Amino acid sequence: MQYLPNALFAIALVFGIGYFTKNVKKLIRNIKLGRAAEVKGDKAKRWKNMMRIALGQTKMVVRPIAGLLHIIVYLGFIIINIEVLEIIIDGLLGTHRIFAFLGVFYDVLIGSFEILALLVIVAVVAFWLRRNIIKLQRFIKPEMQGWPKKDGNWILYIELILMFLFLTMNAADYSLQEIGAAHYVKAGAFPVSQLMSPLFEGMSTQALIAVERTAWWLHILGILFFLNYLYFSKHLHIILAFPNTFYGKLEPQGQMSNVDSVTQEVKLMLDPEADPFAATGDDGQEPEKFGASDVMDLNWVQLLNAYTCTECGRCTSECPANQTGKKLSPRKIMMDTRDRLEEVGRNIDANKGKFVPDEKQLLDNYISREELWACTTCNACVEACPVSIDPLSIILDMRRFLVMEQSAAPSDLNNMMNNIENNGAPWPFNQMDRLNWAQENN
Amino acid sequence: MNIPTMASLFAEGKQPEVLFWVGCAGSFDDRAKKITKAFVKILDKAGISFAVLGTEESCTGDPAKRAGNEFLFQMQAMTNIEVLNGYEVKKIVTTCPHCFNTLKNEYPQLGGDYEVVHHTQFLQQLLKEGRIRLQGGSYKGKRVTYHDPCYLGRANGIFEAPRKLIAKLDAELVEMKNCRKNGLCCGAGGAQMFKEPEKGNKDVNIERTEQALETQPDIIAAACPFCNTMMTDGVKNKEKEASVKVLDIAELIADAEDL
Repeated sequence: MQYLPNALFAIALVFGIGYFTKNVKKLIRNIKLGRAAEVKGDKAKRWKNMMRIALGQTKMVVRPIAGLLHIIVYLGFIIINIEVLEIIIDGLLGTHRIFAFLGVFYDVLIGSFEILALLVIVAVVAFWLRRNIIKLQRFIKPEMQGWPKKDGNWILYIELILMFLFLTMNAADYSLQEIGAAHYVKAGAFPVSQLMSPLFEGMSTQALIAVERTAWWLHILGILFFLNYLYFSKHLHIILAFPNTFYGKLEPQGQMSNVDSVTQEVKLMLDPEADPFAATGDDGQEPEKFGASDVMDLNWVQLLNAYTCTECGRCTSECPANQTGKKLSPRKIMMDTRDRLEEVGRNIDANKGKFVPDEKQLLDNYISREELWACTTCNACVEACPVSIDPLSIILDMRRFLVMEQSAAPSDLNNMMNNIENNGAPWPFNQMDRLNWAQENN
Repeated sequence: MNIPTMASLFAEGKQPEVLFWVGCAGSFDDRAKKITKAFVKILDKAGISFAVLGTEESCTGDPAKRAGNEFLFQMQAMTNIEVLNGYEVKKIVTTCPHCFNTLKNEYPQLGGDYEVVHHTQFLQQLLKEGRIRLQGGSYKGKRVTYHDPCYLGRANGIFEAPRKLIAKLDAELVEMKNCRKNGLCCGAGGAQMFKEPEKGNKDVNIERTEQALETQPDIIAAACPFCNTMMTDGVKNKEKEASVKVLDIAELIADAEDL
């Protein structure tokens, strides 16, 4: 019986990490459903972007209040997790505060964790108020109804509970240290939790140990739960922000990809020497679809983008179409892409690893044409994203499908394109009149 | 105006310093043609050897590409590249940020590699080299707000050249709530210029014009023929055309120089 807690802990750890690993594999499989993406050159620049944008949070602070609060929670998350390492070792070995031998350094560590924990609580409460009481515009848009709203709040509640458990655990530990309970060596500094210890006054050693153990267990089980919650939540960004900023676009924002398969065909059309019957892909393969009507037509970086989105809505709040009441919301584009990708993933799981057509697709079932045609391609959403997501590239790929596969552009745009085709300008003017301005007086 | 074409110079065995890519708006739109002429006057005054393609110029394909018609875009691009390469063009200046972005960023992969500059960059360079001189007399004390075209600013990081030119005019530059990287679109990009907007509660150009008018400007400066149209319409909608002018940077300069 002596080793029962150790065994239970090991089992919890294996299950917690095992289930998470399983979902990570699913995540990677789903992302790989996307087409190949050209990730060009300059690795150094990519690393730099990751360090600057993800690790350094440079784009978060564009909005100073949210940015500062986020940095607190982010630092708290990273730094307090050093403590988790000790908790895991203690849990497995049955030790208590195994790093206590670090002496003063340990005191400093625990003390700073506590101060961070308090700051995290303050930040999380502020975040909750912004979402639920102040009701910032970007948090109450239509796409935030239902699960996304709950998800946002759930994350805050979990973080709050974890911080309280951490502090309660320390407070009880501190009290036990003060009364010199066996096993509870004097270690650590408790600038915040010792303020809570008067709550425990008059409690027996047994009761104190029960409080300490309960908080300790709930804290680590809570962390394992939170780890596994990630896959089902927008909170996945805490991991994916790193690869996503690494693979983010390096070219100028205005540069949009040239479709290679189109280049081949256009070259053929313009080449008078070309034999139109020579190169008709006789390899039995269906020609690649132009543009995207479903998630499998997008490239894997775009799918990674979708999983990385944490629904902060900065893109949508900067979008000129959204600001003027149009249906388009770049955040919704990302959320829809992820939801559809998840649906496709579940379909594959249910059908022994093969996708069985479900008569649904990203276009129309998730993203309407009205949304796609409202985009001005201004790149405000791309600029606003704190983790280098590019909603515009998805919008463009879906327009490509509508125009090149379905000839389904709005009629005004068809007129414009006919004009370009016939007379080299978007308006019905003759190319031969292009220099007429030089002859006109003002 | 006597505007040299690449064809005529080529026939004489001459190569201009720079090709002026006029663009569709600059060639056909009545308002934008004034910008074209203002820019040409400055080029003439500075003694720049330039030429246009004239009837050999064709749409870069920008609106087609952004509407989703990659075929049409690449057809246009490759045809244009053939013409440009045929004349061994090295440097292009254009008054349209959409042409600028497309020529600069999307043509190289298709075989069209040129040094492409926007006219505000070009003019600032001329100023720096002392090839044009500006006396800001006529704009002294005027409030000018500058609207960043998406495809010049955010898309290509050119924020300062136009602002420096305005500063040289001794005008008082007042910034809008959204400027530089956070500039708000005029509503014309992504082929929106050529279609009716989707249903909403306001047009984008009205939103942007309101931001501009908040700065109580005498002049709204633009650097894109499409932004110019959108802002001009916005000012008309607000019935402010008597007190607020929408002018291109090239027009401001040509005017200051009495050209």
